[in-house]
Amino acid sequence: MPDDTEDGGLPIIHAGFIPLVDCAPLVVAARKGFDTEQGFSLRLHKEASWANIRDKLEMGIFDCAHLLAPMAIASTLGLGRPPTPVIAPMALNLNGNVIVVSEELFAEMHAADPADTDAGGMRAAWALARVVTARRAAGAIPLTLGMVYPFSCHNYDMRCWLASAGIDPDNDVNLVVIPPPLIADSLAEGRIDGFCVGAPWGRISVEAGQGRIIAAKNHLWPNSPEKVLGVREDWAAKKPDLLIALVCALLKAAAWLEDRGNFVEAAHLLAEPRHIGVAEPMLYDALAGNLVRAKGEAARPNPDFLVFSRYAANFPWLSHAEWMVRQMERWRQIEPDMDPALVARQVYRPDIFRLAAARLGLSAPLSDSKDETLAGPSDIPGSLGPIRLGGGLPFGVPGK
Amino acid sequence: MADNLRDPLGKMESEALAAESLQTDQALRILVIDEDPARRAILEAGLREAGFANVTLVTKTTGLIEQVYAIDPEIIIIDLENPSRDVLEQMFQMSRAVKRPIAMFVDQSDRSTIEAAIDAGVSAYIVDGLKKERVKPILDMTIARFRAFDALKAELESAKVALKERKIIDRAKALLMKSRGLSEEDAYALLRRAAMNQNKRMGEVAESLISAYELLKE
Repeated sequence: MPDDTEDGGLPIIHAGFIPLVDCAPLVVAARKGFDTEQGFSLRLHKEASWANIRDKLEMGIFDCAHLLAPMAIASTLGLGRPPTPVIAPMALNLNGNVIVVSEELFAEMHAADPADTDAGGMRAAWALARVVTARRAAGAIPLTLGMVYPFSCHNYDMRCWLASAGIDPDNDVNLVVIPPPLIADSLAEGRIDGFCVGAPWGRISVEAGQGRIIAAKNHLWPNSPEKVLGVREDWAAKKPDLLIALVCALLKAAAWLEDRGNFVEAAHLLAEPRHIGVAEPMLYDALAGNLVRAKGEAARPNPDFLVFSRYAANFPWLSHAEWMVRQMERWRQIEPDMDPALVARQVYRPDIFRLAAARLGLSAPLSDSKDETLAGPSDIPGSLGPIRLGGGLPFGVPGK
Repeated sequence: MADNLRDPLGKMESEALAAESLQTDQALRILVIDEDPARRAILEAGLREAGFANVTLVTKTTGLIEQVYAIDPEIIIIDLENPSRDVLEQMFQMSRAVKRPIAMFVDQSDRSTIEAAIDAGVSAYIVDGLKKERVKPILDMTIARFRAFDALKAELESAKVALKERKIIDRAKALLMKSRGLSEEDAYALLRRAAMNQNKRMGEVAESLISAYELLKE
């Protein structure tokens, strides 16, 4: 159980994480000394499920956690359970997930629509739609697709991607939760035909010759929200200074992860069994944006595959949180009586982010929301000068 | 600790009390999901002794949802190391795909039970509407058995470490006897003194002695 015991004179912060590449800011903060530099000691606890992370965060066993962004909203609203207000003072990253289909489904898609299948990304959904239609006409069982948790961007990304091609995620396919460690067996047994998951798990199934990556998250919605730092609201209120120190340390860790010169060391740290425990080259490729879509295929550069710091990646945009609340409503996880703007403001806390940025001398966006319909890069005003954003249309369907 | 070894599952009073109130509840359908075969067996034995005839064990967690629907349990017990917890969370959803709403713990106000469960490394999902009094004894027994299993594992672990240390100390002793012409007793006394002076365990001192010897040998 966490307490206020000091570690060499420093207060301790307990953080839960799931072994995924986007836990990197926490690992780097703890291992590269960004924590002690900010006057605290970060203790990391690896967990096997998002449900564990939520329970331990809500119970106070953890002070903070690597959290699927929609989970902070689900805890605060108390979806399926009593509410525990959880806030997100910063995002840990943008992008970083992939959609993988089994070799069998890939062959079916390719036979039905080679151009869209090869193009991948949003266009691959059209190829999938042909397979879904053909299967329905033949009276075959619907496809089963996996994602990691009901309150996740994986769930919403997958649903929006399917819906963009006219596939109803609730009736035309069977959408299920599949924990990353079970992906391999589930694919081998034919229990799932595809899945959406964070790095490095997609690559692992590619290397096992089981699946093909047909889209990266940034192909669906460039620079879209993914993980946040989740903190209980009462902890934040009780320890405001420690919270700012925590955000500062993670902002510095995220900036460290931007530097290409640090990728080798970062991959080495993440590869340790107590962190992710996966071969270094796969972790390096995720950090460097080398996308290997099929086994034996050359890596394609996808520099924005995983974004840790640039494009104001760590800013908790209310427009991101509002999008998630609207997705919860669209997919009937909540009743349509919520005010997305109100919920977003309760959970996402740009005010805390700005205090931390000011302490570090970093420019922070002046607005709490951004235009999520800008296709390309843009400059926005910041507290200490303009900030470059990556931009990107959410689920914009090209061509068709 | 020694008591634990002799009777690791300890017929604790609370467990006996729990068993008594369980008599009326034998038909409850209980599903146990735990990949550790020893712990699973310990828990199952406890449930059976308490008179539950309707206990199903899940050992393979692919296709878990189908299994849950087929068994239609009123209580699901799952260990916290199991990533399949997230699969069960699907059942909280409003979606039409869910046949029967499942809530986590019957009464969320019973925070101490939830804390004890998490501390013991276990979680439970209870079908909506099931009364707290019916669930509490089962949870209490599960928590007690998980703790007992942990204690047993810790005992085994420390026994293993002790055995390993004894072997290392024996080796260091032999080295000292050979290189300094000491008797076994004197070699042991020397190691002991060194450990006391350095405020270390004898095993640690023995280990550094052996590695120093290996280095010097080269």
